[in-house]
Amino acid sequence: MMGLIGRKLGMTQIPTEDGSMTAVTVIEVGPCTVLGEKTPDKDGYAALKLGFGEVSPKKLNRPQLFEILKTLLDEKEVEELKQKKGAELYRALKEKGIKLPALKISEFRVDPSELGKFQSGKEITVADVFSEGEKVDVTGTTKGRGFQGVVKRWGFSGGPKTHGSKFHRRPGSIGQHTDPGRVWKGKKMAGHMGDRRVTVKNLQVIKVYPDKHIILVKGSVPGARGSIVLVKKANPKEGKKL
Amino acid sequence: MNKFSVVQEIEKDFFRKDELPEFRPGDTVAVHIKVVDVKEDPKTKKLLRKERTQRFQGVVIRRRGSGLNETFTVRKVSYGIGIERTFPLHSDVVQKIEVIRRGKVRRAKLYYLRNRQGKAARIKERRD
Repeated sequence: MMGLIGRKLGMTQIPTEDGSMTAVTVIEVGPCTVLGEKTPDKDGYAALKLGFGEVSPKKLNRPQLFEILKTLLDEKEVEELKQKKGAELYRALKEKGIKLPALKISEFRVDPSELGKFQSGKEITVADVFSEGEKVDVTGTTKGRGFQGVVKRWGFSGGPKTHGSKFHRRPGSIGQHTDPGRVWKGKKMAGHMGDRRVTVKNLQVIKVYPDKHIILVKGSVPGARGSIVLVKKANPKEGKKL
Repeated sequence: MNKFSVVQEIEKDFFRKDELPEFRPGDTVAVHIKVVDVKEDPKTKKLLRKERTQRFQGVVIRRRGSGLNETFTVRKVSYGIGIERTFPLHSDVVQKIEVIRRGKVRRAKLYYLRNRQGKAARIKERRD
């Protein structure tokens, strides 16, 4: 198993062995429910579809709802529920105490040999996947900053604020003359900043709390508190050797 | 429970296990600091870790932060040069704190001591 879905809870600092403090991010990871699998025969690759976070059945449309229910219940129960509609259906789900782990659904690639180990509907917890000292990659959505100028977005220095200057936070020249007669692609300009999918690689797992479903990861992670992140095992070929 | 109070719960795991004596800004304390010397062994070429304890005595001029984040700053004047060191309260570099003298001061941050020398930098003793 390569990764799990989680939620960023916040940051703090913890003492290290050499007596200094180190910044860590607290991430609630899993438990994730297996909602399906992709097999090499059928799909051309091996992956598990995992769901995380409870969601109300009213937030899903009928096809989505039954796709998830199929993995959690047996055929007979699904058929029974299919007869019901609207409020009746929601009531039936409530009576059965079914929780839908579908706030975030994501696929994680696995080794084809591992596919058999995880049945649909099975929960995978932190302890099954991550251990202390290991390196992980964390993917999240950065905080949205709206439309920003070049100074904030790209770190341009801008111009002098005073001494008669009328050139404060402008980008300056954006190109040459008739040759090339256009602006280069990828020119750093003002625009929307943040709210972008970003992966931070090779973060060390400092501590794992299996019963609380929490890991501490060294350093920072994209996104605001409470935002959904994907935590995957790091590629051993990348990053510094320990 | 609030989702984010989990972070505070986690912090509690890293609090120091031993109790430190109560101390405030204005108190004179001696902090026992763990110092690690790393030395290469001439024979085996291996790095040796050697721990020893250093004493740093001075006046507490500030305590800031809360929980795991709390630090305190000790100021001493050594050969006419003022030295300030800031320690994280929950770090195990701070092995022990001795309160040598309790001081009576009227503010929380004693930065004014930096501009004073000798007699002017005295602090009255607190007796209560």
